[in-house]
Amino acid sequence: MIELSINWAAVTPVLILTGLGLLLVLLGTFFPRIYDETLAAIVLTGLAAMVFFTLQNWGENPATSFGMLLTDDATHAFSLIFSLSAALTVLLSLNQQERSYLLYSDYFALVLFATLGMYIMAASGDLIMLFLGLEVLSISLYVLAGFRRSNGFAIEAAFKYFLLGAFASAFFLLGIAFIFGATGSTQIAALAGEGQAASGMLTGLLPYGLILLLVGFGFKLALFPFHLWAPDVYQGAPSPVAAFMATGSKAAAFAGLMRVAAAFDLWSMVPWQNLLWLLAVLTILAGNIVALRQNNIKRMLAYSSIAHAGYMLIGVLAGIENGYPSLLFYLLAYTFMNIGAFGVLTWLGTAEHEILTLDDVRGLARIRPYSSVMMATFLISLAGIPPTAGFIGKYFVFIAAVRSGYLWLVIIALIGSMIGLYYYLRVTVVMFMQARGENSPESAGHQPFVAIALAVCFFAVFNLGLFPSRWLVVFQELVHLLP
Amino acid sequence: MNPLIDTLILVAVAAAVVLVFWGVNFLLGPRSSGVVKETPFETGQVPLTPPGHRLTVRFYLIAILFVVFDVELIFLFPWAVVFNKLGLFGLIEMLAFIGVLFIGLFYAWKRGALEWE
Repeated sequence: MIELSINWAAVTPVLILTGLGLLLVLLGTFFPRIYDETLAAIVLTGLAAMVFFTLQNWGENPATSFGMLLTDDATHAFSLIFSLSAALTVLLSLNQQERSYLLYSDYFALVLFATLGMYIMAASGDLIMLFLGLEVLSISLYVLAGFRRSNGFAIEAAFKYFLLGAFASAFFLLGIAFIFGATGSTQIAALAGEGQAASGMLTGLLPYGLILLLVGFGFKLALFPFHLWAPDVYQGAPSPVAAFMATGSKAAAFAGLMRVAAAFDLWSMVPWQNLLWLLAVLTILAGNIVALRQNNIKRMLAYSSIAHAGYMLIGVLAGIENGYPSLLFYLLAYTFMNIGAFGVLTWLGTAEHEILTLDDVRGLARIRPYSSVMMATFLISLAGIPPTAGFIGKYFVFIAAVRSGYLWLVIIALIGSMIGLYYYLRVTVVMFMQARGENSPESAGHQPFVAIALAVCFFAVFNLGLFPSRWLVVFQELVHLLP
Repeated sequence: MNPLIDTLILVAVAAAVVLVFWGVNFLLGPRSSGVVKETPFETGQVPLTPPGHRLTVRFYLIAILFVVFDVELIFLFPWAVVFNKLGLFGLIEMLAFIGVLFIGLFYAWKRGALEWE
C-alpha cells in the first residue's frame, strides 16, 4: 500500500469551486427556467465560503497536498483577490444588457471553473499543477470570451484568444519539459538551486525552459510582444468577462510567475533582471502610447490593462521582500478600479446599444451624473492620481523598485503614466465638458446588482487610497511567513 | 552494451528491408500507365466522389464527446495496473473522476448534443 493522505486545508477551495460548478451545470440542465438570481446567489455563497475559508486559515503553517497544492499566505492573499474579482463579475453580469443573451447556468459555471484554475495556479507546488491551472483558466475564458455567439466581434475574440492561447500553452508545456529534462523534477520546491553553475548562472537546458515559461506567462499577462490579442478580445467579450480577464487571470499569472521566479531566485541573476526590465519598459510604453489613439473605450481599457501589467512587472522585479507586498496591493487596487470602469460601461449599456466609443459618452454628465462621477473616479484611479487606490498602488510599487535599485525603470514608468494621463482624462473631459452628442444612451432601467458592485468598487477605491497601510502591513507580514 | 544499440540495429534492418524492396521493384518491375491506374484506389471500387470533399460540422461534437471517453481510458488503464497498491483511496478517486465525466456526458446528452438533426 502506498501511504496517501489528503491535506484538506489545501484541497477544500478546489472542492468548493468544482462542486458548485458541477451543481450549476446540473441545475441548468434539469431546471432550464431557474431564476438567474438563484444561480447568482449560489455562486456568491460559494465565493463567500472561499473567502471565509481563506480568512480562517490565514497565518496558519503552510500546508501541502502531495506536493501538488501548496497553501501558504500567498495562496490565501491571491485567493481573496480571485474571489473578489469573480464575485464582482457575477454581480455585473446580472444587468439588462447581458440578460438578453446569456445562458446563466453555463456562464456562472464557467466563471467558477475559471476561478478554480486561478486558485490552482496560485497554489501550485508543481509545474504540472501550474499548467493544469493555466489550462482550466484559459479554456473557461475562451468560452466566456465568445459568449455572445451571434456577435461577430465575440466570435473573433474567442477565436483569436483560443488560437494564440493554445500556442502560448504549447510554449509553456515545452518549457516545463525542458526544465524537467534539466533537473529531473517538476516540483517547484525541488528546483531551487538546481542547474546553477558556481558563477550563479543557469546552465544547460534550464534557461531555455525558463524563457519558454516566460512566454507562456507573458501571453496570459499581455506583456509587450505577446499583447496583441488583448484589445480584440476585450472588445468582443462581454464587459464583465473582460473585467474578469483583466483582473483575475492577470493576478493568477503573476502568482505563478512569482512562484517560479522565487524557486530560481531570478533576482540574483543579471541577465534575467535585464530581460524583465526590458519587458516592463516596453510593456508600459507600448500600452500607454497605443492607448492614446483609441476611440473605443473598451479597447482603450485593454491597452491600459497592458500598461498596468507593466507596472506590476516592476513589482515582480523589485523582489520578494520589497516587491511582493506592493504587487499584491497593486493587484487588489487594480481589481477594484478596473472592474469598476468596465462596470460603468455595463451599467450604461442597454441590450440594443452597447457603450463603446467616446461619442457615446459625450456630455454624459448632464443626463447621468452619478455614473459619470463613478467613471471619472475609476479612470482617475487607473491614471494614478491621489487620493485613489491607483495612486497608492503605483506609489508602493515604484518605492519598492527604487529600494531595490531600479531608479531608471521607475523614471521611465513615471513618464509612461504621464502619457497615460491624457487618454484617461480625455474620457472625463468628453463626459463633463462637452455638449451632449446624438448617441447618448437612454436609461437602462433599474440594475440593483450592478449598482451594488459599483458601490463596492467605488468605496474600495477610496478606502484603499486613503487608508492603505493596514492592507500593506497584512501583505508585508505575509511575505515573512513564506516558506 | 548500450541498450540503444539494439534499437539502432532494428532501425537499420528495417530501413534496409524497405530499401531492398524498393530497389528490386525499381529494377525488375514493369512500367505501364493508364487512366485506370491513375484513379485513386478505394478498396477495389470505382470512386464515387472526388476526395477532399467537406465534412459536415456536426462531426465536431462527436469528436469532442469521443475525447471524454478517450481521456477516461487513458487514466483507467494505469489505474487498473496499480489498483492493489492504491486500494480504497484509488477506488474513490477514480469513482470521483468518472462521476465528473459522467456529469459532462449527461450535460451533453440533455442539451441535445447527441441528436443528429
